[in-house]
Amino acid sequence: MKAVCWNGKTDIRVETVPDPEILNPRDAIVRITSTAICGSDIHLYDGYIPTLKKGDILGHEFMGEVVEVGREVDNLRPGDRVVVPFTIACGRCFFCRQGLWSACDNSNPNAWMMQKAYGHAGSGLFGYSHMMGGYAGGQAEYARVPFADVGPLRIPDGLEDEKVLFLSDVFPTGYMAAENCGIQPGDTVAVWGCGPVGLFAIQSAWMLGAGRVIAIDRFPERLLLAQSWGRAEVIGYEEVDGVVATLREMTGGFGPDACIDAVGMEAHGTTVDALYDKAKQSVHLATDRSHALREAIQACRKCGTVSIPGVYGGLLDKVPFGAAFGKGLTLKMGQTHVHRYLRPLLERIVNGEIDPSRIITHRLGLEDAPWGYRTFRDKQDNCIKIVLKPDGNGGARRRSNRGHGGNGQARGEWT
Amino acid sequence: MFRVGQAAMIASGAALVALAARQRSWPILGAALAGAPLIYRGATGRWPLPQSLVRRASEAVAPAPVETAVTIGRSRAELYAFWRRLKNLPRFMRHLDEVIDLGGGRSHWTGKSPLGFRVEWDAEIVEEREEQLLSWRSLPGSLVHSAGTVLFEDAAAGRGTVVRVSMELVPSGNALGQAVGRVLAPLTEQQVREDLRRFKQLMEAGEIPTTDGQPAGERSLINLHNPL
Repeated sequence: MKAVCWNGKTDIRVETVPDPEILNPRDAIVRITSTAICGSDIHLYDGYIPTLKKGDILGHEFMGEVVEVGREVDNLRPGDRVVVPFTIACGRCFFCRQGLWSACDNSNPNAWMMQKAYGHAGSGLFGYSHMMGGYAGGQAEYARVPFADVGPLRIPDGLEDEKVLFLSDVFPTGYMAAENCGIQPGDTVAVWGCGPVGLFAIQSAWMLGAGRVIAIDRFPERLLLAQSWGRAEVIGYEEVDGVVATLREMTGGFGPDACIDAVGMEAHGTTVDALYDKAKQSVHLATDRSHALREAIQACRKCGTVSIPGVYGGLLDKVPFGAAFGKGLTLKMGQTHVHRYLRPLLERIVNGEIDPSRIITHRLGLEDAPWGYRTFRDKQDNCIKIVLKPDGNGGARRRSNRGHGGNGQARGEWT
Repeated sequence: MFRVGQAAMIASGAALVALAARQRSWPILGAALAGAPLIYRGATGRWPLPQSLVRRASEAVAPAPVETAVTIGRSRAELYAFWRRLKNLPRFMRHLDEVIDLGGGRSHWTGKSPLGFRVEWDAEIVEEREEQLLSWRSLPGSLVHSAGTVLFEDAAAGRGTVVRVSMELVPSGNALGQAVGRVLAPLTEQQVREDLRRFKQLMEAGEIPTTDGQPAGERSLINLHNPL
């Protein structure tokens, strides 16, 4: 089969590899019909996540058709259409039974690696380094899905792939980020980063009763989508004199009740600390650039919540922990417990409350993945979300981009 | 553990060096040279000599058994029953190929070694308390000295069972045992911890997660791209 393989920093190749096989009784094999490039794949692309190996198949947002099941999988049959959560969970350990699926004890074959780095190991993830399990990912024609009896969500007929694909990661991740804010009716929620996770966090904040949502980014197309589709007030951070001060102004000195860092370890910024991070990270003196997190902590109102869906990997530098303590903030973070949100969020899609496909800007064939990674990383071509079609329905690159999202959706100005 | 003997070595070594520093005479320099290794030995527990020269002496001392624990979300009865069927052990203990229960508390064990040697020994159960404890050891005269104890305790808050394991596997004293046993012994703490993790995975999830046999693109022999 064809698969998107990591060959080194910013070196992505589409290679021909063997088809996956059932290896364990609770496995299934899925023929992939749609798969996406995630913002967190960019951290792999840029070489910031350790324990990747040349030849690793990437991708953790995918869906498709079940073609084979292991002998212990009794709830799926060949032919079923499924969305696959990016976290792999056994469904039976202490954590899974509490709904803390991304902390599963039993799905990471390389748990010892993560245990050495973090003290304890999280669940296995698809296509996300050997420390996270080393599982082959879903940017391929087929994927092996472990614990298929508890993970994949069957999709009713008549719902197209693009409406449900993002249940695999970014929609639940944005939703959990908003849920972690503990939103009270009327609360103001500020969201750093209007990429896919930020956009879904904005949508989810409204669903959970926010009275006001403020979005922060620097790319016009993302701010436009946050404003039009997300109904958020927006701050173009390169256009204002300090995000923290602007938020303080906008909230009458109060500060947002909750702040969501949907940026993570590769934050950009225009202030001194951001340049300092960039310099340190570029010579491997630091693992993470935490500019967005610093601002979120600084901006948040006293006793508010900072929710962090953005990925961090190592030791953060100059995080204002004193401010977090001094203001009595609650910090919530972590990999998404995707399984928990699959059914409730599918219901919202079926009810027509939300159309997740609005964020798609590019539809490509698998062979265009290298171009896709580069374009998405550099935010070129107004790129917000790329969907790859391994079965060839993505079409050629040039005639396929421009989805429902991005251009032409804006109402009003964002600056 | 920092013992009195070590402290004494450091102290006497330091005294000799201090004396040399104050007197600054040739005979006393000899004392300083004698003092330095004492400090080193006291601080590190090793003489500052090539390891090949000192290994012979240290081999006589068996390493302490490896001890580790894990919490498993199953009852003591279930876990005990699985472990007591000794033929199940190679399913989660990577250094074992096969265990055959010979009855009467005796069993025959075959160890796995990286070089293809088969290392076999007989063992007996030395203590057995239903749903609580199982203890075994190799019979005298075996090529390897293997012993283990597993304890099953109720975990707090209904979280299942805490399984505590103490295991050792060392070459026996004779020359053949030394030669053959060294390829699989001694067990490291990492190995035992991973054995126990696999036991948990098997008992909770019903299978041990793996990626062996999954597809990948072209690998390189040395992972220069990402040494971590």
